[in-house]
Amino acid sequence: MTESVIKCENVYKIFGANAEKMLKDSNGNVDAKTFQENGCIVGVNNASFEVSKGEMLVVMGLSGSGKSTLLRCISRLTDATGGKIFIEGQDLLQLNNKDLIDLRRNKMGMVFQSFALLPHKTVVENIAFPLQIKGVKTEDSISKAMDMVKLVGLDGRENYFPRELSGGQQQRVGIARSLAVEPDIWFLDEPFSALDPLIRKEMQDEFLRLQEKLQKTIMFITHDFDEALKLADRIAIMKDGIIEQLDTPANIVLNPATEYVRKFTEEVPREKVLLIKDVMDKTKDNLGDLKVLEDEIIENVAEKILTQEKSVAVVDNNNNIVGSINPAKIINTVFGGRKNNS
Amino acid sequence: MDFFKKYPKTFQWLFLLVIFFALCFAIEVPETYKFIRGQAEFVKDPNQSSYVFLGKEVRYYAFDVFWRLPPLLGWLPIWINDSLFFLMNEWMPIEVWNEDTQEFKSRPIVLQISRNLTAFMTFLIELIREILLGGLETIVAFTSWDWIDKNPWAELPGLPWTIVAAGAALLSYKLSGKGLALFAGLTMIYISVFGQWKPSMQTLSFILVAAPLSFIFGLGLGIAAFKSKRVEKALYPILLVMQTMPQYAVLVPALVLFGVGDHAAVIITMVVAIPPMILLTLLGLRAVPPEVIEAGRMSGCNNWQLMFKVLIPTARRDILIGVNQVIMVCFSMAVISAFIGAKGLGFNLLLALNQLNIGLALEAGLCISLIAILLDKMSLAWANKQTDYFGNLTFYQRNKNLLFFGVIFVIGIILSYIGTFLFKDTFNYLFEIPHNKGISTADFWNKGVDWIFETFFVYIKAFNTWLIQDVLQPMRALYLRMPAIATIVLVVGAGYLIGGVRSALVVCGLTLFIALSPWWDRALVTTYMATFGVIVSCAIGFTVGTLCFQNKHSANFMLGVCDIFQTFPSFVYLIPVMMLFGITDTSVLIAVIVYATIPATRYTIEGLRSVPAGLHDAATMSGVNKFQRLTKIEFPLAFPHMMLGINQTIVFALFMVIIGAFIGTEDLGQYILKALSDKKGAGIGLTLGICVAFIALIFDNLIRAYVQKRKKHLGID
Repeated sequence: MTESVIKCENVYKIFGANAEKMLKDSNGNVDAKTFQENGCIVGVNNASFEVSKGEMLVVMGLSGSGKSTLLRCISRLTDATGGKIFIEGQDLLQLNNKDLIDLRRNKMGMVFQSFALLPHKTVVENIAFPLQIKGVKTEDSISKAMDMVKLVGLDGRENYFPRELSGGQQQRVGIARSLAVEPDIWFLDEPFSALDPLIRKEMQDEFLRLQEKLQKTIMFITHDFDEALKLADRIAIMKDGIIEQLDTPANIVLNPATEYVRKFTEEVPREKVLLIKDVMDKTKDNLGDLKVLEDEIIENVAEKILTQEKSVAVVDNNNNIVGSINPAKIINTVFGGRKNNS
Repeated sequence: MDFFKKYPKTFQWLFLLVIFFALCFAIEVPETYKFIRGQAEFVKDPNQSSYVFLGKEVRYYAFDVFWRLPPLLGWLPIWINDSLFFLMNEWMPIEVWNEDTQEFKSRPIVLQISRNLTAFMTFLIELIREILLGGLETIVAFTSWDWIDKNPWAELPGLPWTIVAAGAALLSYKLSGKGLALFAGLTMIYISVFGQWKPSMQTLSFILVAAPLSFIFGLGLGIAAFKSKRVEKALYPILLVMQTMPQYAVLVPALVLFGVGDHAAVIITMVVAIPPMILLTLLGLRAVPPEVIEAGRMSGCNNWQLMFKVLIPTARRDILIGVNQVIMVCFSMAVISAFIGAKGLGFNLLLALNQLNIGLALEAGLCISLIAILLDKMSLAWANKQTDYFGNLTFYQRNKNLLFFGVIFVIGIILSYIGTFLFKDTFNYLFEIPHNKGISTADFWNKGVDWIFETFFVYIKAFNTWLIQDVLQPMRALYLRMPAIATIVLVVGAGYLIGGVRSALVVCGLTLFIALSPWWDRALVTTYMATFGVIVSCAIGFTVGTLCFQNKHSANFMLGVCDIFQTFPSFVYLIPVMMLFGITDTSVLIAVIVYATIPATRYTIEGLRSVPAGLHDAATMSGVNKFQRLTKIEFPLAFPHMMLGINQTIVFALFMVIIGAFIGTEDLGQYILKALSDKKGAGIGLTLGICVAFIALIFDNLIRAYVQKRKKHLGID
């Protein structure tokens, strides 16, 4: 069992004057409508989940679904109204101000949708800012910041001001700043939403490259389902403050838990998301000569499989046969049964 | 009937006007009513009525209540005076050690605090002043006169002007570059060569104390208001009144509390300069995007770091405007506080005004403007300065400027030493050019004005007579002819129609305060002058602004001109008009118009500029011509912003009308001026100041309510 870095138990965030009292009275059964009638707005409704070390959890939801609020509860930018949040086993809500600041200075980094760069500081000063806040000497912080500048590929622009950079470049600065203190936990709040589609794709690839290298524990917020599928280890889909489903991209596409989730999955090109092992059969009889890896994305091997007449053997990394897949199954996955649960 | 249904607002306004005029005609002017001139009000007269409130007797001329309300607030100034007197002389005596007599002495606590504050301010001012000009006072503050007598060398010698000038240029160069350095150098040389060195340095020392203190206090209070809603709520009404109160109404109470001199001037300047600083700090901090604050928090800032490393730098733009305001207010107060004995350029300016010497006044005024602009630019450059982390600098490179200054210092001293030989029998021009011994262009300007006056005497006189007889006198008579009740109905009705019940109530309260004070008639005169000034200013401002807006360069040029005119001490405007039009309302009004046209023009240009470019394109594609675009697109959209300009125009106009008392008017300003030389003037001055502020606030309230409604309607925020 992997170690859980972030752990939420029944987290609620309710905005309003007497939110705490109302939450207590409701015994955990929060109904958004009755709360709204009493002047309270429910941001996060009974969220429980864990994120393990090195995992990337993407929280997906439309605007107003409470995804950013959830993130702010976990970074304690706002205090959760109820429930428990543990960061590496520490009870976050019990931390005093000093410990909280220590935690943020050493363990957490965050990237914002609107970049949130300090307008009066240059690129390198912005990146060095968290280090200087920590009390690192100016020279050391600047040299460390220069490393980060290189990491995100902004060499030569270190003396520019944020206003002189494009959106994509600004977000690179934001990413570099959040990584400057080498945090274990990385929060990203819709980091690429404000960017043009092409730049967004480029940044996503760049982000995956970085993550491969750094292996941080990540909570990533987005409203873009495709982005979630592309990046996530697991996805949490939120609606009206409630986590509708939390699962791997494949399971979400294959088995949407609610009607709301299913609507998102309808248009998704499955062959790009699902792996062979997600759709293979357990039978190992009557196999042809071709072997495919179980972790391969369907799209990459579909053509090969479709030329076969017999079922194709599915092997794991050690070349042991673990199951089979026949061409009909591929065709069925790609074209069939989109409207129904397959 | 259809017409009324279609335009309900128009009908309501018409209805209001009908009531107003009906009241005006229904209420006769009482036979005993006359506009009381001069000091007559202070004479005890058997015709006067009187009442006693809280032991204070208030005397007044009684009229029909519909015509003029009785001054039920007449006790207020007397009461303020008595309270101040009580605070200063009787309240909470404490034991104080007296150095000179070597014994304890009993003194009221407020007096003691004011004395300590005074001593502290005096010390600060003297310290800077003596570094620039030389003297004994600072040293005496630490030692005693005996010690000075025994050690005659112990006197700060003062810096030669060459060092200060070069130093200023060097500092400007370091902060900004060649342009500012050149400007700094030329400014200093101008000041010196024109013999304004000593008064300029006196003013500068006063500013260098007042401006930083105002900045610190304003920033501090702004932060406090940002952090706590309660502080903000408590500060807000005070800020509103202080922003609209004529600056020299504050002089009188300060005179009582702090006495006469530079220290009192510094304290008053702070009182006037802090409110805009607070407002702009608050505005800036409010505008910081929440994500930037979150980014700061996530970087691990504690509250202190968040405020000073994230919030304030991010709000820098507005805070810098605040600094600019502080500097401008400081310089305008530098002139006004000459009334209570502050030394420096302001004093010279007033002197020149009294002698009707336009040339001298212009030169002193120009000094003030130049120093103001220089300080403003330097503070701006300082705030925008960038550090270079990558240059691998040697010791010489890092301390280049300091070394340069050292060299300049030595050269300056050598020069002034040489000067002692060169100018053996006269003044040492290389050390300091004494006042009135420099070059002066005063004669040229004076002759110029004289020439205009002589050449155009006939026309000026004809214009003056026409304006006074055919425009001003009737207008003034009309204002005074309004029964108090009719005025109140008109103002409150307008408040209701524009801003609803809330607005009506606020406006009603403000008007009642003035109506119940003993100075309703005077307030009417002030309003009449201000109205006339504002109407003409707006007409000129809108026209000039619109014309200049047609071309980018002329618009920028005009904004620059506005900047310069605004930094110019307002008193200077009074001299030429006084020389041309004599001691009449015409003079005051022309000064008012010149001064108040500045904001009208500025806001017109800015308002027109704020119209989104997309709309321009849309209009162009709809095939409008230039004129149509102006009337159909630009004016309607720029209108809210232009209305705010009118707001500023009113404040500027009132300010100038009040200063016009210096020429001789019969309005509230005249009474403030009188209160300055009255021992018991503090209460009167303050109450009058509040009256003027309330006049401005009435208009402010109406205009703001209208603008908000209009903006909502247009969907701009």
